[in-house]
Amino acid sequence: MFDILKRNFKGGVHPKENKKYTESKPIEEIPLPEEVIIPLQQHIGKPSKIIVNKGDKVNAGDPVSEAGGFVSVPCHASISGTVKAIQPHIHPLGGEVNSVIIESDGEDKYSEKIEFNPDYMNLPAEEMKNMIYEAGIAGMGGATFPTHVKLSPPPEKKIDTAILNGSECEPYLTSDHRLMLEKTEEIIEGFRIIMKILGVNRGIVGIENNKPDAIKKMEDVSSKFPEIGVVSLDVKYPQGAEKQLIYALTRRKVPPGKLPMEVGCLVQNVGTAKAVYDAVAFKRPLIDRVVTVAGDITHQKNLNVRIGTPLKNLTDYCGGFVNSPKKIIIGGPMMGIAQHSLNAPVIKGTSGIIILRSEQIGFGKTTPCLNCGKCVEICPMNLTPNIIASLVENGRIEDAGEYNALDCIECGCCSYICPARINLVQNIKFAKFKIMQEAKK
Amino acid sequence: MEEQITTKEILSVSSAPHIRAKDTTQKIMFAVVISLMPALLGSVYFFGVRALWLTLISIITAVITEWTILKLRKVETTLSNGSAIVTGILLAFNLPGGVPWWMPVAGSFFAISIGKQAFGGLGFNPMNPALLGRAFLLASWPVHMTTDWTAPIYGTKSGISAITTATPLAVLKEAIDNLSVEDKAQQALQTIAELKGSYGNLFLGNVGGCIGETSVLLLLIGAIYLLYKGYINYRIPLSYIATVAIFTYIFGGPNGNFSGDPLFHILSGGLIVGAFFMATDMVTSPSTSKGQWIFGLGCGIFTVIIRRVGGYPEGVSYSILLMNLTTPLLDRYLKVKPFGS
Repeated sequence: MFDILKRNFKGGVHPKENKKYTESKPIEEIPLPEEVIIPLQQHIGKPSKIIVNKGDKVNAGDPVSEAGGFVSVPCHASISGTVKAIQPHIHPLGGEVNSVIIESDGEDKYSEKIEFNPDYMNLPAEEMKNMIYEAGIAGMGGATFPTHVKLSPPPEKKIDTAILNGSECEPYLTSDHRLMLEKTEEIIEGFRIIMKILGVNRGIVGIENNKPDAIKKMEDVSSKFPEIGVVSLDVKYPQGAEKQLIYALTRRKVPPGKLPMEVGCLVQNVGTAKAVYDAVAFKRPLIDRVVTVAGDITHQKNLNVRIGTPLKNLTDYCGGFVNSPKKIIIGGPMMGIAQHSLNAPVIKGTSGIIILRSEQIGFGKTTPCLNCGKCVEICPMNLTPNIIASLVENGRIEDAGEYNALDCIECGCCSYICPARINLVQNIKFAKFKIMQEAKK
Repeated sequence: MEEQITTKEILSVSSAPHIRAKDTTQKIMFAVVISLMPALLGSVYFFGVRALWLTLISIITAVITEWTILKLRKVETTLSNGSAIVTGILLAFNLPGGVPWWMPVAGSFFAISIGKQAFGGLGFNPMNPALLGRAFLLASWPVHMTTDWTAPIYGTKSGISAITTATPLAVLKEAIDNLSVEDKAQQALQTIAELKGSYGNLFLGNVGGCIGETSVLLLLIGAIYLLYKGYINYRIPLSYIATVAIFTYIFGGPNGNFSGDPLFHILSGGLIVGAFFMATDMVTSPSTSKGQWIFGLGCGIFTVIIRRVGGYPEGVSYSILLMNLTTPLLDRYLKVKPFGS
């Protein structure tokens, strides 16, 4: 009711932040892996198409695949070495995906194309966009939507506000926080490039107020540019969800089923902005990223990791597990994906690895719904998860659609809050999947 | 050579989210039990230790009934969720202090067996079990349920000095009825005027009534605790009480429309315990905010109708039971619009 007065949105939850363990840990460079696994699909859209052969020599930054369509991006070798195999390999988002496996030559040679262009800000917008495409950038907050596509709104949709998402609302994760502290100039430059491509002169950086040092640093660096403002946001999950962030910063509401451009906004993650800067100023493709390793591990750290590095290299570098791990999550604990193997590689959207102990993974038995309405109260999309989930459990998928299951952003707040431990969001995801499947027929 | 043993970890894989909030059904139920303790202590203070015995008998019957039926149904016992205790306490709270000991036994047994387990247990009952138990007792032994009042230790049943046989709402109802009887009209007007002076007794609970309903002060302490914990929200109590206040002001007065005494109606009878502890029962009230506002409104309207023109002086329990039946409808048909539309 009073959220109009606050930098906030309706609903949401306050899970324990658990950020204190890594928020003061500077980003460390992890030793070069002996081999990397580059999945041909690390983004939303069509898989990329392989352009190397087994036995080829590659340098870091050389493309190993080209985009498989407009909504697709190329992938690059992240180390120098030899293409050892091209085969299906465990993928962190589930299943196996055709991947290029590169064995390191230990020399870490970079592609010759990578060089600094001091005049990068004066490049034409189209060329910038092409450089972002060629760098293989996909949204690094976790959704991994191809960035060049997002930067190409149809001409009838006028974008007037670019938003930089530094809210990092998932518990444990501090990779964006550290990046904002340590790569502030690069992020702001990347944001300016994004604004230039879109032709907008209003940029807002949204950061949750549990990161006062990052807010200050970003304010200091951006103060030279009057078109960019930094806004401190209330700490609430999912503050970083696109529609919720846009509402908190601009009071504009993105209609159901529509994209942010409908209300003249575009959101990019801070990590993506840094990658955009690298791509445009250096012609450097997206071959590494910052990953938070937190939870039940000897040393919790923030690491800069080459894309394709197996998860095991990260956990080993952090001193190994304290107890035998019971659950290993890629991403945050609210939306992340549980892994069954540490052989899965870090990909473009991997923001963290969270290790949970056995007592952290049991929630008690599911009991019947009390109709308490908590899920309805906290749903940031204003849905009725209790009703949708019970319809799904009774096989009434079509009716679940009537209750707007497709508008679910899968943030997980409903399952998080449910005192009866009902798998609400899981049921809603199932309904979405079924409805989409039906629509394709 | 010994083969090197590699530890193969078995990792749990499940869909997000991987963490959960601390609240569980059990925690909520025990919080409700705690929130009813001030009122229970108050009932012992006002009506003597007999109030405590009646409450304990009611709780024990509820728990035994629940356990037995769960065994008979061969389902996993969910006794630990504490909901039978809540039902036991609330049923006792709805009894006059002077009822015989077997009445809480009969009421509690009915509440748990027919009111709850017959429908499948907690989460599936369409009506508030405790109120259903009370309705059963009121229909079966109306004399006990409407005359076995005990006077509070430091006061009178009516809260005023003149009349000592009825509760405040009954006194008011009779007085208003008597206004049209020529030789009783003068007396009735005096009574109504005197009732206006009994706010203090009503607020503290120093009047006759069901053992857990009289003390507005102690009930509010428990209600504030539940509101603070987020286990109930303000919508149903607010819309319920506001509706009663507005409609009793308009239609409940001795001198025609717009002469009622809303404060008297809020403080007397079972409105406070009903609005905060029974209308808010999660299972039987709507989960959407729109539904909750309407639910409270409906409870209020029925309460005023029964208090004003019904056969009983009090209508809280029947109005909540009636509105309980609308809950599925309110939840399903008052569709909420998704964010942005």
